[in-house]
Parts: sequence; C-alpha cells; structure tokens
Amino acid sequence: METVLIYGLINSVTFVLMSIGFSLVYGVSRVPNFAHGSIYVLVGFLTWSCVNDFKINYGLAVLISLAVASVVGLALYRLVLIRLRGMPTSEIIASFACGLIILEGLRLQGIGGFKGFIGPNYFLSPIFDGKIQVLGVFVDYQRLIVVGAGVVLVAAMWLFTHYTKIGLSLRAIAQDEQAALMLGINSDRAAMISLAIGSALAGLAAVIILPLGNITVEVGYHVLIYALAVCIIGGLGSWTGTVLASFLVGFAVKVSTFFFGALWESVVLVGTIILVLLLKPSGLLGKQKELEERV
Amino acid sequence: MASDILLDVKDISKSFGGVKAVVNVGFTLNRGDVLGVIGPNGAGKTTLINLVTGFVKPDHGRVTYKNHDITGMSPNRIANLGLVRTFQVMRPYHSLPAYKNLIVPLNSPRVKKATAGRLGDLDSVAIDILEEIGFERDARVPYKTAGSLPLGYQKRLELARCIALKPEIILCDEVFSGLSMSEITSMIPLLEKMVMQGVTLIMVEHRLRELFRVANRVLVMNFGCKIAEGPSKETMTREDVKVAYLGGGGSK
Amino acid sequence: MSAQDRRKKRLDRSIKVRSEGLYSLSSWREMAYLLAPRLILIGGLLLMPLVLDLYWQKVLCAAGIFAVLALGFDFLAAYVGLVCLGGAMFIGFGGYAAGLLNAYFALPPVLTIPLAAVIGACLSTVVLMPCLRLRGVYFAIVTFMLPLFTTHIIIALGLFGSTEGITGLDILPNQFWEQYVIVIGVLALLFGLRRLVNEDLGLIMMGIKDNDQAVLASGISIFRYRVLAVFIAALIGCFAGAYQAHLYGWLGLSLFAMDFSILPIAATVMGGMGTLSGPVVGALILTPLSEALRGFGQLRVVLYCFILLLFILYKPEGLMNYLERKYHQFERWEKV
Repeated sequence: METVLIYGLINSVTFVLMSIGFSLVYGVSRVPNFAHGSIYVLVGFLTWSCVNDFKINYGLAVLISLAVASVVGLALYRLVLIRLRGMPTSEIIASFACGLIILEGLRLQGIGGFKGFIGPNYFLSPIFDGKIQVLGVFVDYQRLIVVGAGVVLVAAMWLFTHYTKIGLSLRAIAQDEQAALMLGINSDRAAMISLAIGSALAGLAAVIILPLGNITVEVGYHVLIYALAVCIIGGLGSWTGTVLASFLVGFAVKVSTFFFGALWESVVLVGTIILVLLLKPSGLLGKQKELEERV
Repeated sequence: MASDILLDVKDISKSFGGVKAVVNVGFTLNRGDVLGVIGPNGAGKTTLINLVTGFVKPDHGRVTYKNHDITGMSPNRIANLGLVRTFQVMRPYHSLPAYKNLIVPLNSPRVKKATAGRLGDLDSVAIDILEEIGFERDARVPYKTAGSLPLGYQKRLELARCIALKPEIILCDEVFSGLSMSEITSMIPLLEKMVMQGVTLIMVEHRLRELFRVANRVLVMNFGCKIAEGPSKETMTREDVKVAYLGGGGSK
Repeated sequence: MSAQDRRKKRLDRSIKVRSEGLYSLSSWREMAYLLAPRLILIGGLLLMPLVLDLYWQKVLCAAGIFAVLALGFDFLAAYVGLVCLGGAMFIGFGGYAAGLLNAYFALPPVLTIPLAAVIGACLSTVVLMPCLRLRGVYFAIVTFMLPLFTTHIIIALGLFGSTEGITGLDILPNQFWEQYVIVIGVLALLFGLRRLVNEDLGLIMMGIKDNDQAVLASGISIFRYRVLAVFIAALIGCFAGAYQAHLYGWLGLSLFAMDFSILPIAATVMGGMGTLSGPVVGALILTPLSEALRGFGQLRVVLYCFILLLFILYKPEGLMNYLERKYHQFERWEKV
C-alpha cells in the first residue's frame, strides 16, 4: 500500500517534470511542440556524449546540453514557426516534422564519424547511488531527487510567472493574446522565450529522470505521449491543470499497474483521455472560453 | 396576448472574468414586433444576442422560445428552431459567387424538413432568394464574387443567409452600420417586407433615426443592464434614457 | 535593377482565357490543352502496370497505398481543417480487420476488403468522435497518439498475434489484379473526392474550416459534418490498409508504422495541399524515392520530414499549384 502511494507520488512528479515544458510552450504560443520529446532525448544523448566521448565534467556537460536545448527551441521558432504564424494546420505539420527530424535523426549511424545512438547501452549515471527507506519502502536517492527537483521546479515556475517581468508577460500572452499585444508585449519574442525555456525544462527533466533507465529514441516518443496526455487531461493551456493531471494520471497508472500489471499502462492512459474528452472536453481545468474550446 | 409571446428572456446574466457584460436582462418579444436594442458602446448588446442565440452560455437566467427552454442550447439547434442572427463582421465565401453563400443554410435540417427534401436545384433556389431581396438578376449580381460586392449588397447577403432558413425571428446585429443614407433607405422596405411576411425582428442599432422608422418597441441597455423597455416613442422620451445616451447635465 | 524598378507580371495564356468554362471550348486544340495534363496522369497510371518489371510493380502498389492515404489527409486538412498525424491508424485498423475476417472467417479478399474498410472506418470514427467537438489541435494530438497506443494495447493484451502477427492470409490472384485494384482505386477516389468537394458538401466543410460561426448560425451541426468527413477519410484509409494486408498476405504491428503516417503528409505538402491530385503525384514521387533509399532504414523518415519542411516554408503552394500556374500563365518582368 505504501509502495503504491510513494511510487505513485514519484510517478506523478515525473510526469510533471516531463509535461511542464510542453504546457508552457502551448500556453504561450498555442502551438503544440511536437519536438518536446525529441529535445528530451537529445539532451540525454548529448550529456552522455559529452561525458563519455569528450570527457567533460558531468555538471558542465549538463549545462552545455541545456544550452543547446534552448538554442534548438529558439531556432525552431525563429526559423520555422515564425513563418507560419496564423496558419494552424501548417504550424502543426511543421512542428511535427521538426520533432521527427530530431528524433529519427538520432538513429543516424556512421556519417562523418558520428556513431549514432542505437542500442540500450546508453545511460546516465545517477548522481548518488544508494537507497533509503521512506515509510518502510525502499526508494533510490535518484527518485528522491526527482521529487525534490519537481517541487523546486514548479515553485520556481510559479514565482517566475508571477513575479518577474518576462514571466508575467508570458502569462499575459497565455491569458489573452490580443490584450497583451495591446499592452506592447511582443508575441513573437514571448513565443521564442517560451520555446527556449520549455526546451530547457524538457532537457532538465531528461537529466533528472534518465538516470533511472536507458536512453533510447523510443523514450522520446514515450515522453511526448505522456506530455500530450497529461496536457489534454489537465486542459491545454492551463498550467495548474497540467500539474493536477500529472498527479491524477501518475497515481492512476501506478495503481493500475500494481493490480493489473505493467502493460496496462497504455490502456489506462487512453481510457482516461477518452473519459475526459467525453465528460469535460476542455480538460480538468481548461479555462478557455466556450467559443474557442467547443465547436 | 400571451399566446403571441414568441421569445421570453428572464434575468439573463453573463460575466467574462471580472467583466459583467450582461446583468439580469429580461424582455419579451411578441410576434410581429420589431424590437430595437440600443445603448452606448459596451452596453452588452452583442453579448445579449450571443446569449439568446446560443453562442455564449449564460451564467444564469432563462431563454424561452415558443414555450421551449432554449437556454444554453447549441447555436445550430437554436437556428434550426427558427431563431437566426446576422453577424456584424461578415465573412462570405470571398472568391465564390454570391449565391453560393446560401447553399450552407439551404442544407440545414430546418430547410430540409420544411421542404421534405424536395427543394430541387439549390442553386436556382438561392438565386431566387437573392433576387427577392434585391440582387438584380438581369445585371447578374447574384453571380458576382461575394468579395467584390459593395457593402450594401453584402449586408443584404447576410440577411439572405438568414432568410434562407425560413426563420421566425431574425436578430440583426448592426445591419445599418457602414451604409450610406441611400443604402439604408433602400434596405428599410426590405425589412418591412420581411415583417409583413411574418418575420419578427430584433435589431441592435446605433443609428436611431433610421431604426425608429421600423422599430415599434425598444430595449435600452447601459453597462450590461436594462434601463428601459417599451414602445419606441414613449421610451425614448424618458429622462433616464436621454441621460444614458447624451450624458448628464444636458442643456441649461 | 533593384526590386523597386520592376515587378513580375502574370498573365493568363489566351488559350486559358478562351477555354474557361465548358461552354466556350471551341476547338480540338483547346480541349486538348485542358485535357492533356489529366490524361497524362490517368493514362500513365493505367499503363504503368503493363510496362514495369516485377520489382517496380510492387513499388507501384505501395505508392498507390500512400496515394490513397495522402488523399485522405489532404481532404481532412485542406477541406475540413483537421490535421491527421496518424494515418497509420487507418492502415492498422483496416489491415487487422481484413486479416482477421480472412483468417478466422475464411472470407475471400473480394469480401474482406470492402468489409474491413467499413468496419475499420466505423471503429476509427467512434474512437475519434470525442475530440471532434473540440478545436482542430485536439484531433492532431489524438491522431498522433492513437497508432502508438493501439500498438501498446495489442501487445499488452496479447491480441491478434501480438508481436508476431498473423501470416498466411489470402493474397490477390495475380500481379495484374494487385496493381489494377489499387490504381483504379486511386483514380476512382481522386475523382470521387473531387466531385464531393465541388458539391454542396464540400462547400459546407470549407465553411466549417474558414467560418465556423456563420455555419453554426445557419443551422448546420459542425460536429456531424466533421464526423462524416472523418468517416470518409477513414473509409479510404482502411481500404488501403485492407489492401495492404492482402498484398503481402500477413498482418502485424508494422501496419501501425510511422511511415504510413508521415509519407502521406510529406506527399501532400509537396504535391500541394488542397489540390487532391497533388498528393497523388507526391506519393508517386516519394514512394520510389523511399524504395531507392531503402538502405538507409529509418532515416528515410528524416528525409520525408526535411522535404516537407522545405516545401512548407519555401514553396507552400506545392508542386501541382506551381505547375498549374506555369501551365496556365506566363510571367515576365516589367519595368514599373
């Protein structure tokens, strides 16, 4: 029983970490960032590469990877999405294409000395090895770090969007783009910033969570799907909704895998999404005005 | 006569975040009326239309149409019941001929039911409707690209979209706005003809003089509230109505 | 000369102006002018099975499948405003339905293909219905997730042969059957969809895409028409899936592969969104290309996406629109 609770909590915070970047980007730019999972995996591989191929210190490797992630996010907006603003079908298609280019591109092997990343041999080492006991359940230190990092991150994001000028402008655009534009907030710059931060958040999540498993390209797809599922259930565009939904889904998945087995995870996810779409289509805390959300 | 009350709106309210757009507004509409809805900008007139026609769900209140409760119904169902509206900003199919704009309403369940599916060639029905509202068939106006029509014709096109649905009530959202005096003068007979054919009108307008050539009743709004309702002439002479429009103080 | 000294002037060719509208065709030359591009496409497709060797015949069949998927994608994206990022879902549902009908009920392909198309379409529509009441973005996300989810569910519940799939299905009688079924299918669907979008139904759907409020105010239920559009696209996608199952004689998880989702999108963007013939042409170009690059494995996906991006950023009108413009207009620079 305690196992389920504790691991449910850890799972939930994991989802929060994975989804918050996506939710930020969608809230500000209204474009679903299908490259979210790709950047997650990219950071994982880059960090591995820096540490193993270039023998760079771990901390520095992390910083470099996060910087690269932000640049990739920025480039994604500045080079691609900015030309497609206002054409939702094209935005979605372009975002999807970019995401796939990065994800599948990481499977590349043997071009110009670049080995490519196929196979289960890639893993980041956890920061501390060892476990401790919490309420009679054994928990790795790394998982505790996940929870800690999650809490810190959510708090940091809250403070950022409520007390810094940039954060407030992002929140303004997320709430009402037209009003924000009238106040002189540049929506293109806000979108670029949100993409940079969102990508960095994805990378941060990767660095914290990946030590718990292997790094493979499939992880990218999984993370993207989790992020999408959590955001739909919580309400596209609502940041609190994302956090809430993470907990809902995190616990639901853990409870079901405890009773039915690990493979039922997908069934539970799909079931929850369909249930939410049927009962409260705009998500748990979807706050969009009726005209926009419902057809 | 109570049996002639088509539309009964009771205590309807809507807030958007902190903004109280419409506060406890109620009115009744009898068959054959032309009700003008007036008020300064931001008084909540368009929101009222949205609430009555289902485009916005009210926070509380009731809308009863011919003894059916239509509060919160979806807009297409309300239109199919015979309560249709025009839009202030029209977006016709710009590059297609004008009459193509009527194909969509002619495919609605209401029209299909009324004609038992035997309407025949929709194109010619559309052109007939346009001709009736003043698109000269000889000059091939119905075939002109919708985007190229002058504003007066576009406004008529929007009305035609409503007429195609064989409605009982049409809510006109500022149908006179942007038109020149002569265009309005030629539109008024069209509205009168519609009333004679049994359509009841609600007209949100800013141009009062032109409005009162057709409207027999008026509803005055300000800051989301109803200030006055009643027959046109009497209501417009009331002090509080004058103050709402012209500001306090007035002439010395 | 700087850009301000001159501008590009585009004029319709006189033959185009004269032949606009059927009632003004007045000579064989004009008719040939209008018909030639269409005849090339139709004739080319019909003749290819006779001139290609065995290997390329199979490629033609694959291209046909992608062409059908691309038609469905173009229809949904350009005419209804719904971006379907998971075409593989239709292939999977149609393929599994056909395969199961064949394996467990011993129905022949001539029955399973139409039946599977309908069953798959009904299933797809029901699954997608909840998100059709919402904005287009939800549809994109849900269609993206569904093929991956379905794969997991099939593995998790051990259904239908799980990871190994089911082999030994009936295949089509001979190679001419194989090719002509798909070629005629593509042409029939191309014409059918063209007809559909030019009729009232197409007008309503375009209204839903551009001006949904006016459509609602005209008494049309946007939800119902979206369901109809999805059903149509699903029908043709599942037909392609059922055909695929009987082309190779087996069904398996690879029917839900990403390839089936992406190549149609790339083909549509490259060929020209909204033209319906563009996606077909795009598929006919990209499929042999992908065959030739088979050695690169999954990297072909990167290639499709790259081509897609290039077109969407720099030539969004697509090939068919570009060619049509060149065919009907000539341009010259003119001093201002």
